[in-house]
Amino acid sequence: MTWLERIYLWNILKGMLITISHLFKRKATIQYPEEKRSFSKVFRGLQILNRDEEGRERCTACGLCAVACPAEAITMEAAERQPGEEHLYREEKYAAKYEINMLRCIFCGYCEEACPKDAIYLSQTFAPSNYARKGFIYKKDDLLIPHPIEDPEGFAKARGERATDGKKEKA
Amino acid sequence: MNVYLLAIDWALILEKFLLVGLIVSLSMVVAMYATYGERKVAAWLQDRIGPNRAGPFGIFQPLADGGKLFFKEEIIPLISSKFLFILGPCLAMITALLTSAVIPWSTSLHLFGRDISLQIADINIGILYIFGVVSLGVYGIMIGGWASNNKFSLLAAVRGASQMVSYELPMGLALIALLMLVGDLRMSSIVADQVNGGWGGLKSWHIWVQPIGFLVFFVCALAECNRTPFDLPEAENELNFGYHQEYSSMKLGFYLFAEYINMFISGVVMSTLYFGGYDIPFVNEASLGWDQNLLAIIGFAVLLAKAFFFVFVFMWIRWTIPRFRYDQLMKLGWKTLIPLALVNMIATAAVVLWLKK
Repeated sequence: MTWLERIYLWNILKGMLITISHLFKRKATIQYPEEKRSFSKVFRGLQILNRDEEGRERCTACGLCAVACPAEAITMEAAERQPGEEHLYREEKYAAKYEINMLRCIFCGYCEEACPKDAIYLSQTFAPSNYARKGFIYKKDDLLIPHPIEDPEGFAKARGERATDGKKEKA
Repeated sequence: MNVYLLAIDWALILEKFLLVGLIVSLSMVVAMYATYGERKVAAWLQDRIGPNRAGPFGIFQPLADGGKLFFKEEIIPLISSKFLFILGPCLAMITALLTSAVIPWSTSLHLFGRDISLQIADINIGILYIFGVVSLGVYGIMIGGWASNNKFSLLAAVRGASQMVSYELPMGLALIALLMLVGDLRMSSIVADQVNGGWGGLKSWHIWVQPIGFLVFFVCALAECNRTPFDLPEAENELNFGYHQEYSSMKLGFYLFAEYINMFISGVVMSTLYFGGYDIPFVNEASLGWDQNLLAIIGFAVLLAKAFFFVFVFMWIRWTIPRFRYDQLMKLGWKTLIPLALVNMIATAAVVLWLKK
């Protein structure tokens, strides 16, 4: 060690110069509720049940997503479309009940890959916190995307950038 | 008897009481906002923003912190010595506040046809008084640690006490050199000695003639305030918190608060002793011909600015360097600072003698 190093003061001064330089640097903080960090394009978040461009539900309650789900988070009940409900459901069969337990879900995206109708997508939001376990069982009301004609903005927002509406290439 | 009572200048007593109240509340407010400042400075130095939720820029954060401390559960250990347990934080707080009594805060005001000195007590042993009070501070630590009846608190208190005692010595020695230059222990004459030099007083500041003395004093001030790198009395993570381990609620708050008051007061003392006190640099106050009251207020603001700068440096140091190991602390105190202060003292004495010839 040189004499300068041994008296230690010089090194402290150098360290202090480094810390003071950080005083003028850009802050790394993202002030969460007001600002949000943007997710990556491939971020897999909360599921949505998609509608087609006329606003009809795409899901036919085939149950492939439930089969594909490694965490067994999805349950559903099918029902037959009645005459006069053609503007609500795209196919003759639809999901009367569709539930995802968000405490079980591991956001792997297998349901999205399994779906032959492009009805389920993982969006770019995440499940908000809740006070009770019950609140984490998402019903159809919670999952269904807003109507594309009545609420185009909400539809676009909920849909995110991952949904391809039948144009996706199945590997 | 009555004659004597009548002869007392009652306005003087009233004035002193007002001044005491003002200075004490000022120290309290400054200490309160020093906690806010500490958190902000820490955040800025670490590329963060710091508290900003309570009020605009988070300026009500200290109130929220204080409120939290008041509402916390007050625990007094069953086997502790209750009287001493309560006395500990009180002593820490009192000794922190007492030091402000002899500091000349500014030139005198002229109000209601009388000169009001902005110094609570201009005693002729000013510096010795500060030393006496600062060394009393060790009782706050010692009593608090001992009364807790906890071996860790006691060990930490012993550690803190030996640190305080060790660093008082070089601090005193550094000051002796300064006192030889001034030739007076009175705080007001120490400041008066620094007002009339070139560059509006800047040239006569003691820092130019006593840089080593100031360095020793500054390091010792860090140690006396238990600030990093000498914050071993309250090393939370590796030495089991320290002498206030058993304290909770506002009693703990008092200990922590006393530290911030100490920090502010030592900033003021350092500005007074080495940086010209209330002297405004580059401005010759007497030749301006301004109103006496205005000058006094500006001088007060300048002293505060200097003190705040030191408080900032204290924080800056805290968020830069890690704390010393205990043996390093003792080695620095006894083997480096004391010899350095002694050499400085002897050299100053020789120069003073030579100049007087």
